[in-house]
Amino acid sequence: MSQIETFYEVMRSQGITRRSFMKYCSLTAAALGLGPAFVPKIAHAMETKPRTPVIWVHGLECTCCSESFIRSAHPLAKDVVLSMISLDYDDTLMAAAGHQAEAALEETIQKYKGNYILAVEGNPPLAEDGMFCISGGKPFLEKLKYAAKDAKAVISWGACASYGCVQAAKPNPTQATPVHKVITDKPIIKVPGCPPIAEVMTGVITYMLTFDRLPELDRQGRPAMFYSQRIHDKCYRRPHFDAGQFVETWDDEYARKGYCLYKMGCKGPTTYNACSTVRWNEGTSFPIQSGHGCIGCSEDGFWDQGSFYDRVTDLTQFGVESNADQVGMAAAGVVGGGIALHAAVSALKSAQKKTQDAPTQNEEA
Amino acid sequence: MVVQTPNGYTLDNSGKRIVVDPVTRIEGHMRCEVNVDEQGVIRNAVSTGTMWRGLEVILKGRDPRDAWAFTERICGVCTGTHALTSVRAVEDALSIQIPDNANSIRNIMQLNLQIHDHVVHFYHLHALDWVNPINALRADPKATSELQQAVSPSHPLSSPGYFRDVQNRLKQFVESGQLGLFKNGYWDNPAYKLPPEADLMATTHYLEALDLQKEIVKVHAIFGGKNPHPNWLVGGVPCPINLHGNGATGAINMERLNLVSSIIDKCDAFNKNVYVPDVIAIGGFYKNWLYGGGLSSQACLAYGDIPEHPNDFSPEQLYLPRGAIINGDLTQVHEVDVRDPEQIQEFVDHSWYQYGEEGVGLHPWDGVTEAKFELGPNAKGTKTNIKELDEAAKYSWIKAPRWKGHAMEVGPLARYVVGYAQGHEDISDQVNGLLRTMDLPVEALFSTLGRTAARALESEYCGRLQKYFFDKLVKNCINGDESTANIAKWEPSTWPPKSRGVGMTEAPRGALGHWISIEDARIENYQCVVPTTWNGSPRDTQGNIGAFEASLMNTPMERPEEPVEILRTLHSFDPCLACSTHVMSPDGDELTTVKVR
Repeated sequence: MSQIETFYEVMRSQGITRRSFMKYCSLTAAALGLGPAFVPKIAHAMETKPRTPVIWVHGLECTCCSESFIRSAHPLAKDVVLSMISLDYDDTLMAAAGHQAEAALEETIQKYKGNYILAVEGNPPLAEDGMFCISGGKPFLEKLKYAAKDAKAVISWGACASYGCVQAAKPNPTQATPVHKVITDKPIIKVPGCPPIAEVMTGVITYMLTFDRLPELDRQGRPAMFYSQRIHDKCYRRPHFDAGQFVETWDDEYARKGYCLYKMGCKGPTTYNACSTVRWNEGTSFPIQSGHGCIGCSEDGFWDQGSFYDRVTDLTQFGVESNADQVGMAAAGVVGGGIALHAAVSALKSAQKKTQDAPTQNEEA
Repeated sequence: MVVQTPNGYTLDNSGKRIVVDPVTRIEGHMRCEVNVDEQGVIRNAVSTGTMWRGLEVILKGRDPRDAWAFTERICGVCTGTHALTSVRAVEDALSIQIPDNANSIRNIMQLNLQIHDHVVHFYHLHALDWVNPINALRADPKATSELQQAVSPSHPLSSPGYFRDVQNRLKQFVESGQLGLFKNGYWDNPAYKLPPEADLMATTHYLEALDLQKEIVKVHAIFGGKNPHPNWLVGGVPCPINLHGNGATGAINMERLNLVSSIIDKCDAFNKNVYVPDVIAIGGFYKNWLYGGGLSSQACLAYGDIPEHPNDFSPEQLYLPRGAIINGDLTQVHEVDVRDPEQIQEFVDHSWYQYGEEGVGLHPWDGVTEAKFELGPNAKGTKTNIKELDEAAKYSWIKAPRWKGHAMEVGPLARYVVGYAQGHEDISDQVNGLLRTMDLPVEALFSTLGRTAARALESEYCGRLQKYFFDKLVKNCINGDESTANIAKWEPSTWPPKSRGVGMTEAPRGALGHWISIEDARIENYQCVVPTTWNGSPRDTQGNIGAFEASLMNTPMERPEEPVEILRTLHSFDPCLACSTHVMSPDGDELTTVKVR
């Protein structure tokens, strides 16, 4: 990959000063939750590591992942595309079309065999010989396999590529299938969510470029740095849950006071994502902050877990570090909402039986 | 073979066949085939939707209050508009009256989407059809600065140094040899007409718009928690308002309103200082390229949107117009009734579906979908490696919707043509002003450029409306009304055993309708007819071609092997293919008829 420029070379050649470069490295370290000791390491990596070509393909999807990606504030999407990666194929954004687009794909694969990252948005349908999603006159599945063959690693963007998402909800009429079910011989990083948070997307890419390795993944293949804790664990409304203070109906006085949305069906207690910490749109808000429960969009099969307004009853282990009994006691001490209490406590009890990192039900399917 | 279509086009497929697949810089997957004559003029056009997801099948049997989340995932680009259409359909079915504040907040979100979508479309999906970023390297930054100050005196980013910095960055990018998204573009094609300075100015704004768009959608994050795919609620909006008391930080409070207000101002500034002036400046260099009008001068359809009052969709109460124009008669705007089974019908003779009998159209209430993927006898290639399609047979995953039998164009231009024909004051003022500025006759509106200009004007108009509804929201709160949701019919036990409803919006790409039937608190039937289904429709039973196809007809190509003109015109519609390809059946058994192998 010697023909590929390093980050630093590119940033310097684009008029970015050494000082700005070091500042960028500090911000990157901070964004990744790393201490100042990591700054020189990141700087060194960026000075010596080549820019990595990225091929971004689209199957059955709604393009929300691309839309989320361009919302990234740190780093800015334009800086990612101009200075960090070489986005050599992306049918949503590239200038060329048809034969010239296909040629760009072919050239990139040939030139950077084994060295490019394949980013997949959406998934291939297997029914109708794959012709529910056609690209270049052929099934998208063929294109996916072709592009994956020589990739260094695969990123499954969003719920579609990671788990199947909405088109794979029951009865999955097109047999839409997540990427890891059809690409089995490559490292795959799942970045679920519908869509994933913009800064999580660019954070994953930046991590890979900076450390030249895959991020640490959990058992489901998600980066642990962003997906190891439930939204509930870090939710700013958690104290209201612990105190047994719940929204009872939409727009009631408790809703206006920002109480816990658990009784309105919030899936925060069972959803692993960074929404309550990183938040959305440059930290502007996240679903719970804006008054609607989490719908669990980064969990496998979240479309088929009953209504979004059904109360969570099968909590896969609750309670963060503090134990569930303490939580229940705290709740009992505060408010007289008997029904709420009962629901919460029984949910907690059932949750206690389950173990951390239990894979969701469709994972082994 | 030469064919005369009922809607007035002469199709000749004897010339060289050009295939463009994938059509890039769109949402979803699309293919286009054309025949060009010896002079390189397009004489036959075939547009094909190449994806199908089956969302409406998936909706069957689910809780109607959840439908917004499913349908929102039809499209992540026009994110939110399907969700809004869905909650409106459910509220229509269940006769739920939403609070005034919910109407204002929904309007703000929908208008915000229009602006975001139009800006991203113009700069990131469409601009490269008109703008050559490589040519920008030859620009004189000082002259570019002068150009910027001439076309938009109030835009602060206009110094020679600013343009020089951008140009340097671009230069280093190009010189690295890794052209990324610009790779294999058509940069030496004579179809590009801008001088280098205009190319540099527009390329700079490509980057400015990329930074700005992430700001615009913060309005969705404030009211809906995130963007893409904010949250919605049947009966109102999920965000409560608390401007005064205990816990206000958990709701829409003064700080949140101030943030919304500041973003509304940013939208306005960008529309006025950058977007509209750019379209005028760029358009000025393409005044002699007025191809691509297609159906816009003949047949336009709009459902209307942005109601002044909650639940009141009567045309005179809507800020975006409703009506239909047919046979090119702008003196008569027809009323549109989306419930009338005779008005909107979908045909599948040339789509990869089958009905019980051939040659019939079905209203969305009675829609049937049974997938039938097959190629016609004159197709080239195989079923899984298509070289050329046979448009005399089935050739698209998109159905062919018709209004009283007419193929219609929908979208910003259709809305503006309907509004102009109705004498809509704001729209007429904008259109007349633009034509005067550009020294063009009204006929110039019916073109690819007209479609692109209408979108810019609409973005500016929506910016003003966004401000209007923000002020309305604040005024209502001052008057003591902080209500945002009506929960009287939240519980399914309050619903009638059977009901059905329609939701309508004007999505960024055009008229959007959802038709829902609810039975025993579950979705019994759900059908969407979306903008790109109208615009991207294949031929119908009578042989009428759709809006995409019509717009490509008789356009000369500089180099037929380089599809610059095809992309330019198709992109002017802002195609959204994930939206357009959908299914539903009347009675719920279509799962057995969708052939899943």
